[in-house]
Amino acid sequence: MTDINHHNSPPYMLLMALSLALLLGIIVSAGMGYLAITPGEVARIIWAKISGGSPAGGLDPTFGYVVWDVRLPRILTAALVGGSLAVAGVLFQAILLNPLADPYTLGVSSGAAFGASLALLINITVITAFSVPLFAFLGAVATLFIVLALASVDGRLGTNTLILSGVIVAAILSAGIGFIKHLADEQVAVIIFWLMGSFASRTWAHVMLVLAAAIGGLLIAFFYGRDLNIMALGQRSSDSLGVDTARTRKILLVVGSLVTATCVSVSGIIGFIGLITPHLMRFIVGPDNRKLVPVSFLAGAILLLGADTLTRAVLPSEVPIGVLTALIGGPFFCYIFRKKQLHGLS
Amino acid sequence: MAFLDAHNISYAYGDNAVVRDVSLALEPGKFYGLIGPNGSGKTTLLDLLIANRRPSTGTISLKGQELESYSRQKLARQMALIPQEFDLGFDFRVSEIVLMGRHPHIPRFASPGPEDLAVSQEAMVALAVDHLGDRLITALSGGEKQRVVAARALAQDTPLLIMDEATANLDIQHTIQIFQVVRRKVEQGGIVLAAIHDLNLAAAFCDEIFLLKEGRLHAAGPPEEILVPTTIDQVFAINCQATFNNFNQSHQISFQWRQEKS
Repeated sequence: MTDINHHNSPPYMLLMALSLALLLGIIVSAGMGYLAITPGEVARIIWAKISGGSPAGGLDPTFGYVVWDVRLPRILTAALVGGSLAVAGVLFQAILLNPLADPYTLGVSSGAAFGASLALLINITVITAFSVPLFAFLGAVATLFIVLALASVDGRLGTNTLILSGVIVAAILSAGIGFIKHLADEQVAVIIFWLMGSFASRTWAHVMLVLAAAIGGLLIAFFYGRDLNIMALGQRSSDSLGVDTARTRKILLVVGSLVTATCVSVSGIIGFIGLITPHLMRFIVGPDNRKLVPVSFLAGAILLLGADTLTRAVLPSEVPIGVLTALIGGPFFCYIFRKKQLHGLS
Repeated sequence: MAFLDAHNISYAYGDNAVVRDVSLALEPGKFYGLIGPNGSGKTTLLDLLIANRRPSTGTISLKGQELESYSRQKLARQMALIPQEFDLGFDFRVSEIVLMGRHPHIPRFASPGPEDLAVSQEAMVALAVDHLGDRLITALSGGEKQRVVAARALAQDTPLLIMDEATANLDIQHTIQIFQVVRRKVEQGGIVLAAIHDLNLAAAFCDEIFLLKEGRLHAAGPPEEILVPTTIDQVFAINCQATFNNFNQSHQISFQWRQEKS
């Protein structure tokens, strides 16, 4: 007799290992850069800030400034964006029953890009420093609701209709972005640079914003974890198993998109993290979304933190993070995918 | 009072009426067969009865209460579905899929209890898939998958089991196996409503037949009264002969396969 329950225990070891790796990653990364600081010193600075004391041992006060006010906000923003995009990726793949889905499938990124381009075109930054992120967020949310309205038939949201609607709206928006670039003349470089994504000079305000989105996304994804598993069987079956599929699908699409919109408005468009992280983690923990959500959050955070540290502190000059994730992530994904195929479905 | 009672229900896709003014009642301890040509409205009628679609006119009640007043979870404790096709893109294990049948019985943040595990195990044994527990659902053959889905519906442990051409893609051995298992449920007081294409299979297992033609209930009653040459000819436009078969001890139909020589 097979033990029917032994696959269902939470992956505690993996969660612990990933948490530890993330924590170490944050500390090591905060010491890397033009001004090299040892991990021990970084830990002391962080501890002093948190406990309200002062770092003993006569550390250079610039070190404290560099770690706490310059590097940590960027590092934490990158980690939180990575984690959030990965969780959004899990949600979208599970809801759309399509392993090729990612947080941008419904056109959220195109909407954000359009909003940001518009803000940059009319040079709205004069009004407030947050206007580009704000426009990006509004663009993303507006796009989401247009796509949902377009895909909704009889109050139902079919998965194929959703994907198709997202593709159509994204195509229209891409044309719009092209037109804005055409109008922008010398501003075009700014727009292109924003679209490729960056974590440079992020502040604690950014951290708090993404943290709120990440916590919200994680809690709701976890709350609906079992329903998400059952929704993999398709609407007719999941309804018959007691899941209100139409309603759950709508809630999770909106939540996933809002989380994505927040990420994009803070960091620009960063591809591949939301697509590959869920896949990588599914190879390890299987398709159960209750395990996949927390594990993907940690893994996504580590991956994007790693990529951002690479471009910030290792490479001779900063490569746009969106380009870097695609350049590393793409081939890596091909490798894993191929290996998995050759080993068969064991 | 019937367990499930549909009263004059109709449904149309736009202007296209698919189910027209159908009334039927399901009683405990009976095996019902839903029969009719392709496009006669069987699947849509089942969709109405499982509250997947809402009838445009007419009412359905479950245990005396309106079907619409049930939450999805409450409904899932009353009826389970074995669909015709089953396609899954994610690598769940067989035991996980069967345990999903317990979803309506397990509170949101609780883990499956000993009873849930026992019922799932029992369902897997009944359908002879218990040895596949650790296998990935994506690596199974069509017949194995369909038995897993049947085990999941059985694990749901509901008074009513709905089968939507559940064995249409299975070989004869597995078809008989699934029908014998659900027939046993009926002997214990359960209700099965199965859309079936194979008239002999329906005649062998069902207590009552609902015969659909162009969305209307053309005839209803025991197989030996409904599955007779005149009625079958009216609905399917084919020649056949109906007799009691001594070998399988049931009413059976034999068809005229080839065109008569003239």
